Amino acid sequence: MKSCLIVDDSKVIRMVAKKILHELGFNTEEAEDGQVAYDLCKKNLPDAVLLDWNMPVMSGIDFLRELRKLPGGDGPVVVFCTTENDIEHIQEAILAGANEYIMKPFDSEILQAKFTQVGLL
Amino acid sequence: MLRPDDFDYLAKLLKERSGLVITPDKAYLLESRLTPVARQRNLKSIEEVVAKMRGRDESLARDVTEAMTTNESFFFRDTKPFDQFRDTVLPQVMASRAAKKSIRIWSAACSSGQEAYSLAMLLKENAARLAGWHVEIIGTDISVEMLEKAKAGLYSQFEVQRGLPIQFLVKYFKKKDESWQIDSSLRGMVQFREWNLLHELRGLGSFDIVFCRNVLIYFDQPTKSRVLENISRQMPPDGFLFLGGAETVLGISDRFKPVPNQRGIYCLSAGAAPAAATAPVGAGR
Ligand SMILES: C[S@@+](CC[C@H](N)C(=O)[O-])C[C@H]1O[C@@H](n2cnc3c(N)ncnc32)[C@H](O)[C@@H]1O
Repeated sequence: MKSCLIVDDSKVIRMVAKKILHELGFNTEEAEDGQVAYDLCKKNLPDAVLLDWNMPVMSGIDFLRELRKLPGGDGPVVVFCTTENDIEHIQEAILAGANEYIMKPFDSEILQAKFTQVGLL
Repeated sequence: MLRPDDFDYLAKLLKERSGLVITPDKAYLLESRLTPVARQRNLKSIEEVVAKMRGRDESLARDVTEAMTTNESFFFRDTKPFDQFRDTVLPQVMASRAAKKSIRIWSAACSSGQEAYSLAMLLKENAARLAGWHVEIIGTDISVEMLEKAKAGLYSQFEVQRGLPIQFLVKYFKKKDESWQIDSSLRGMVQFREWNLLHELRGLGSFDIVFCRNVLIYFDQPTKSRVLENISRQMPPDGFLFLGGAETVLGISDRFKPVPNQRGIYCLSAGAAPAAATAPVGAGR
């Protein structure tokens, strides 16, 4: 079973994502900010990360930059998930090492399509 | 509930005009898709729509036909065919056209243009390989509304999320209000034209590569084989045909045969000469 780390400061979004990802056959872990996510990744790298952009403590983009520096940190497929949808934001995410992005609000169809596209399904 | 004779009238008209087969168990589709048409024209019910159509209202018949087609499409739909196009079919076609340096590609039943633009993006990505080549992409559909959308190249957030790799979005699209518009350079690579697949196809010319995906599924067997046969006449003997995931030529047309080890791709059978031997399907456009 593939694992996905859900990083979002909104409990509701984490719940929605968790439900969808379980249906898609993923094991999930959750983190409410980038720092918690980073600590989890240091212990155990997931196959995928569904990553929010705006979070307190450590933002999505800062987490992503740090994640990619970890040994094996280029492994996880990172899907950025944001309400910001201008090109600059997306470009910044790609530069920081994101594999894909999803614009909120997302649904199960979009998540499934994206995870298929990046080869996780 | 739709009266049986109204249902029959609509079913017959749809089959004739677009090839769409509506069985009685799909009658609810008529209700759900034609109610907006009725409302738009200030008609109270679908019965009134049919009554008006019986009086030979061409523009209403058109709208009804368009409303009944399924236009769903997305970028790089099913992924694999586009990999096959880039890695197998395009190199092969380029090898055999090396002298002419010209290729024509057809997205038959292109809907809002995602398939044609996906191909255009792949060609752009391979621009170096294609330097000095003349590549034409033609998208055709029966739906004027979809073709307008295709020409504008404007897609919603939802649409660009489906299948379009993020790098391509950043590279080839611009944000325009709440939508995303595909680059004018890509729009310039594709030509969109209204064309009914049931009609004579000769006016379109000959295509080295044909994508005809997710449209034959709506037709009955005889219509499928007629359309396939007509498409085969628009292809050179070494052309390639891509069908949708739920479609095949097997048992439907012997003018095509599967390309070994390439799921969903077909080439002309040895016997299928590209000559215009038989009479065309429709009575012209
Ligand atoms: C489901 S879409 C497929 C779009 C695209 N090829 C794909 O695979 O994503 C089917 C399209 O076929 C078009 N269509 C249906 N009947 C047609 C006909 N007789 N001639 C041309 N186009 C037709 C519809 O208007 C619709 O846009």
